[in-house]
Amino acid sequence: MRARTARTLYGALAIVIALVWVFPVYWMFNSSLLPNVRLQSFVPTFVPFGGSFDNFAAALADGEFYAALGMSVSITLIAVLFCIIFAFLGAVAISRFRFRGRKTFVIAVLVVQMLPAEGLFIAQYKMVASAHLLDSVIGVSIIYIAAVVPFTIWMLRGFVAGVPADLEEAAMVDGLSRFGAFMRITFPLLAPGLVASGVYAFLQAWNEFTVALVLLPSESAQTLPLWLRGFVQASATRATDWGQVMAASTLVAVPVIVFFLIVQGRLTSGLVSGAVKG
Amino acid sequence: MTATVDRRRSNRAPYLLLIPAVGILLVGMGYPLIWQVVTSLQEYGLKQQFGQPAPFVLFDNYIELATNPQFWTVVAKSIAFCLVTAIITLAIGVLFALLMNAVSRVPRIILQVALLLAWSMPVVAAMTVWIWLFDRRRGAVNYLLDMIPGVDMNRFNWLEAPTTFFIVASVIVIWMSVPFVAFSSFAGLTQVSDEVLEAAALDGADGRQRFFGIILPMIKPVIAIVFLLQIIWDLRVFTQITMLQDAGSKSSEFDLLGTYIYKLGTKSQDFGMASAVSILVLAITILLSWFYIRSLLKEDEK
Repeated sequence: MRARTARTLYGALAIVIALVWVFPVYWMFNSSLLPNVRLQSFVPTFVPFGGSFDNFAAALADGEFYAALGMSVSITLIAVLFCIIFAFLGAVAISRFRFRGRKTFVIAVLVVQMLPAEGLFIAQYKMVASAHLLDSVIGVSIIYIAAVVPFTIWMLRGFVAGVPADLEEAAMVDGLSRFGAFMRITFPLLAPGLVASGVYAFLQAWNEFTVALVLLPSESAQTLPLWLRGFVQASATRATDWGQVMAASTLVAVPVIVFFLIVQGRLTSGLVSGAVKG
Repeated sequence: MTATVDRRRSNRAPYLLLIPAVGILLVGMGYPLIWQVVTSLQEYGLKQQFGQPAPFVLFDNYIELATNPQFWTVVAKSIAFCLVTAIITLAIGVLFALLMNAVSRVPRIILQVALLLAWSMPVVAAMTVWIWLFDRRRGAVNYLLDMIPGVDMNRFNWLEAPTTFFIVASVIVIWMSVPFVAFSSFAGLTQVSDEVLEAAALDGADGRQRFFGIILPMIKPVIAIVFLLQIIWDLRVFTQITMLQDAGSKSSEFDLLGTYIYKLGTKSQDFGMASAVSILVLAITILLSWFYIRSLLKEDEK
């Protein structure tokens, strides 16, 4: 009896915490749908007042939005595509072969994965500037691929190793070439891993702020996070239209939230799997 | 593994497969890293930006840093910010994991969905919301705090003084990081077998004893790694500080290591000094990461 009361109390506590934690996300959606008059009030509107999409219309009417969207989409697509290919090849190398230098490569991958953008961006700026690639899609994409490939190799390595090599060999005994066996047997089994790493690369490239800030100094070559930041910057000098900012944030966040929910489980286990399995 | 089969095959195959990955890493990370090491040993200021050769000054940049009180202030602030934030994040995350473990299915799923939504928010979008929440005049935070009897938070400017500025930054970082800690710890907790806990309960161990005697030792490896990652991540907070400075003030009192390097590079155009600080940040990161990397390597060898 006491145990059950405690369980109920804990359940109530969990729900209260959930509400507190989700509040900023809720607030973004809520404010994005409120007309500016309500947001100007000194009493916040906590319960959804109504579905006015004016803020979205205003955010979308900003010409820079489409330029930023184009920039973000191009960079993200390039980063995801090359990242998957490079990481896939690398993952096959380290999980299917034992070769000299393998351990060095694995350690290098793990070390590079930990390096913060904030510790390299000055040098990356200088390099990209001297290659005349500032404000270009290519400059940022190169850095993004390099930043995301290590973790993606690590993630895919597990998937490649999870496909038993015996299966491949059996197919080879049945007359397929090694390449054929790989394409027909291993590749389809790897699809979930490739999707997961693609989404990981997408999230990284789509959300990235620091490198973009440094490598895209011109206002005409912004990614969506930089465009969004512009709103906040403007707020320091003039009255902010928070409804519009929240609509803009919603536009940037929604694709991320959707994709993130798809792969969340794999990302967590990828980061701490060694520790969880003991 | 099928090492025997593979060894008979061409020995070049793995190397060929690694070419693209190694190539992009050398271009995107390797070259900048080497350039940065070299530049940190040079005088590389405004004149060099305009084409003058950069003279080698050996460790002058590092010595200048070591004798610069402003640098030490930034380092101290960054470490304090990072430790406080990481410890609070860890404590809240583990408590949430225990809570998830203690409640029935429905409240657990509600809590998990809420944490996932917070976790999935892009950092820049999250920052705009939090800046709006902490808005001086119309923000929900001041409004709610003001309702507490005896508290006057009307038009309180959180971003005006460094202390409250960093409290806000810490709250935001904690909000974003707790879900990862909670889910990882929860994954660790599910490995703790119920039979062991029941046996301990039958033997008269109370809740606290079970937590410190059984649960904690069993999830210690997860917690250690999660804590390490939090420290590494919190040491390099840049987006959050930059955007809070956008909304507040860009004065140097509000700098942590990331924004300090950024300003050295962009404002003062002193790439020599900026590189030296960057190298220090990288060195600290690699030192801290070593345990994490070792644990991952152990997994690789399985």
